[in-house]
Amino acid sequence: MNKMVKVVIAAYGITPFTKDDQKIESVLLKSAKNLFDNNPKINRNDIDAVLVSTNSNSKYLSPILSEMAGIQPKIAHSVESLCNSGTNAIVSAYSYIASGLADMVLISGAERYDSPGQILEWDNSRGEFKHPIFWASIFTKSYKREFSISDEDLAIVSVKNHKQAKENPNALTMDTCTVQDVMNSKKLTDDLRVLNCSRPCTGSASILLASEEAAKKITDMPVWITGIGQKTISAGFTKHASFSSMESTKLAGQTALKMANHNTEDIDVVEIHDAFSVCEPIALESLGFSSTGDGIGIVKALHETDNFKINPRGGLIGSGHPLGATGIAQTIEITQQLQSNAGNRQVDSAKVGLVHNMSAAATSSTVLVLEK
Amino acid sequence: MSFESELSQGQFCIPECTVCKKIVWPDSDFCNHCFGPVSLKKGDFKGKIIEFSRQNEEYFCVVEFEGVVKVIAKISEIPKINQIVKISKCGISNGNHFFYVN
Repeated sequence: MNKMVKVVIAAYGITPFTKDDQKIESVLLKSAKNLFDNNPKINRNDIDAVLVSTNSNSKYLSPILSEMAGIQPKIAHSVESLCNSGTNAIVSAYSYIASGLADMVLISGAERYDSPGQILEWDNSRGEFKHPIFWASIFTKSYKREFSISDEDLAIVSVKNHKQAKENPNALTMDTCTVQDVMNSKKLTDDLRVLNCSRPCTGSASILLASEEAAKKITDMPVWITGIGQKTISAGFTKHASFSSMESTKLAGQTALKMANHNTEDIDVVEIHDAFSVCEPIALESLGFSSTGDGIGIVKALHETDNFKINPRGGLIGSGHPLGATGIAQTIEITQQLQSNAGNRQVDSAKVGLVHNMSAAATSSTVLVLEK
Repeated sequence: MSFESELSQGQFCIPECTVCKKIVWPDSDFCNHCFGPVSLKKGDFKGKIIEFSRQNEEYFCVVEFEGVVKVIAKISEIPKINQIVKISKCGISNGNHFFYVN
């Protein structure tokens, strides 16, 4: 087997996340255009593959995007895996480059606010309770009971992430909130209020991966993908052995850190898939950033010291959650952090970053390690 | 009869592989262990509540049967963790499976 080619994040583009009613094709093109506008050195004839990440029911989106962007790639297809479609597409692109099938791959993710990806129709074990607020309520109740965590404790995740999103010009809202605001927001279930939730929205994010050689023509600030871990436990929510931990996240994180030859102490900045407030401490624990039951302790400590290490762009709760674009937006954030290009969100001396993106109640997770 | 056709008649069954005898959940045409054909066990199964929450005045809970089958069901009384319950009503409505326990 040939030695694997090293893979670089060479360019990116992103749109503001909104509630706009736009065609998915238009949303998709906007972040790709932003990528090419920001990187005039890219020769579109050099792009070997175009991958589209989305849960939209619209068909043939990769060839459509390619045509709209003036690209005639060898490889063009969509990737769908609910909320972690974005990082699944990045992993596919990585594989094309690492194997030598492609030198340069454009990955564009997009979603509309009314994405069909919010509901997994197949999972009948959820009975009538297929909306994500129900699995999130079960996770929240279980986590609170097992570790004596209060609703006020969990509210800090939302307070922190909305505070951080205020520094993200592409976030769905710049509104900050207090613990009391979260506690007083609309009650969805006994264990979940509106401000505990990320919101579906319209948005797009694009990233260009390249081989080391191809990237030299485009960027002098390469960010390397050095670790990849993925694990799918099941598709159905009720297959979980525990509702207070994330097995797929734990295994994907271990694989990614091992591949990158790092441990959690080496990681300077992290994007966590905080679809709901309880997801952030559970994911931090499952990834090994804290002991079991103490994820919320880390969140509190970071919030009290205005340390943006976890979810600097505001996470999904602060930024919004356009499903197919989320994993790509997370990866762009870590790239900007490693390039010292994150403005008021910048984490000091960030050299190694981690992206955690998951789908369907953490039945499947992807973890990426990025380095400058 | 399939799991879904039984469920649509209000009958909750447990799918089991006819070859390796493992419970197959979620229900499927074939065993996810040995790909053997699946038959349906009928009975008055006892389940255990392993988690719950409430929306408005309605409690919903994760109930486990035979250590493998888990569903989210409605319950009219205040649930307790480890409470033993039985399916009192089930079916399919607007394409969605539904389960009540008590």
